[in-house]
Amino acid sequence: MCGIVGLLLKKPSLRPALGELMLPMFVGMTERGPDSGGLAVYGAPATGDARKFSLYAGDVAVDWEALGAAAAERFGRTSIEMNGNHAILEVSATHDAMAAWLEGAAPDVALLSAGRAMDLYKDVGAPAAIAQRYGFASLAGTHLVGHTRMATESAVTPAHAHPFTFGDDFCLVHNGSLSNPNNVRRELEHHGVRFETDNDTEAACRFIGHRLNEGDDLAAAMQRAFSVLDGFYTLLIGTRDSLAIVRDPFACKPAIVAETDDYVAISSEYRSLADLPGVASARLFEPRPRQLYQWHVQ
Amino acid sequence: MNFDLARQSVRELNAYLHANVVPHDPITVTSPNGAHNIAVGVNAPVSIEVAGHVGYYAGGMNQLASIDIHGNAGPGVAEGMCSGEVRVRGFASVAAGAAAHGGLLVIDGDASLRCGISMKGIDIVVGGSVGDYSAFMAQAGSLVVCGDAGDALGDSLYEAVIYVRGSVASLGADAQEQPLTDADVAHVGALLHRAGLGHDPRTFRRIASARTLYHWNADAEQEY
Repeated sequence: MCGIVGLLLKKPSLRPALGELMLPMFVGMTERGPDSGGLAVYGAPATGDARKFSLYAGDVAVDWEALGAAAAERFGRTSIEMNGNHAILEVSATHDAMAAWLEGAAPDVALLSAGRAMDLYKDVGAPAAIAQRYGFASLAGTHLVGHTRMATESAVTPAHAHPFTFGDDFCLVHNGSLSNPNNVRRELEHHGVRFETDNDTEAACRFIGHRLNEGDDLAAAMQRAFSVLDGFYTLLIGTRDSLAIVRDPFACKPAIVAETDDYVAISSEYRSLADLPGVASARLFEPRPRQLYQWHVQ
Repeated sequence: MNFDLARQSVRELNAYLHANVVPHDPITVTSPNGAHNIAVGVNAPVSIEVAGHVGYYAGGMNQLASIDIHGNAGPGVAEGMCSGEVRVRGFASVAAGAAAHGGLLVIDGDASLRCGISMKGIDIVVGGSVGDYSAFMAQAGSLVVCGDAGDALGDSLYEAVIYVRGSVASLGADAQEQPLTDADVAHVGALLHRAGLGHDPRTFRRIASARTLYHWNADAEQEY
């Protein structure tokens, strides 16, 4: 069991309050996912041709300022935003160049994500503690994808927590379990796709991300995913300018959408949406199986 | 008697319903906010009105009580009900009325997949449509669908009977359309009347078991 939460704000004046609006949704899914939590938030894009890299140090003490200075030496103009064992590095570098450089410069630091607009947080622990640790309540942005995890098929570690990412600004969270992640992984490895964990969701993330890289749009990628991914899944997907949800053909895992003129809010269960302003008059519906629902940032 | 679930727990509500409930003394539940297990296991002739949306298993295992949900219901509403009545004024999630032995479940809106799965005697009236695999392995009782039905309706059906007014995306293995009898018309009419729906029972089609799966057929090559 796991909990998924997504929120896309249609009304620009609400965007400074994205984290605050999301917090009860995220904490409200604690019973579905008490062992880990994660959040991808899409905010102001990096300046110029820079990318934002979310970095995670776990229990290791890292001198982020020194790492930022070293990054500046290697890549040029750099800014770093530090928060305990987490930092967001903004720099003009490709994903591969950053990953290669980090391996030498700070082998203990995990590269969580790369993108123009996406910041990523994930860690083990109760959702409320994780939200507190990284100050989720003060996050601003257009949309976000969150997950509370109750691990059933692979280890409880920060790396196994969701969201998983692939390429720039693409992330995915999953409620359910896949029965053929090893086959999917083996196939993708033939195409040069590299994996970081043995988690089943990573296989789904990299399968769909790989199809997008090959030129599919999300709808086409999902059509392929329906025939390749075997198991139960409600997938919540974030891209730079959209939020999307899809459920397996048996709708084995729950999902509910609340849509108003101000926002689209998605959760595993209504109880985590109940605190949203205006939810009493929202259009509520459960996504149908095998159908992609996608909302774009206006 | 009112229970406000913004201030009181579901456990308090259910403990009262199990041990202290006064027959025929109505109960209201406010601020349900999608909580699970609301009014589960009631065994008393009492009316319970829930003002809002409920989570999983609301009204499960009900006996005798009349439970009226003024909102949507999560998975497994009225699961295992034996008698009494559960009404959902909004839509119901998956597995509504699953494995229930008796009583009446009325869903004003749509019901999601697997509505009435393995039902064992309950009557279910859905004002809207039902999702795929509804009445899967349904053993007894009736499922009345005023809207449309999804794929594999009545797959591996036993002796439950399904009545559909709208379209059926596909029938499941061993489910077949059969002529509507006078007894069917009277039965559906009575259920619609109890549900407060005015449809003409003659506009429904009867789907029931062809009974070809009742005995093992070694020649079928597992092709059903």
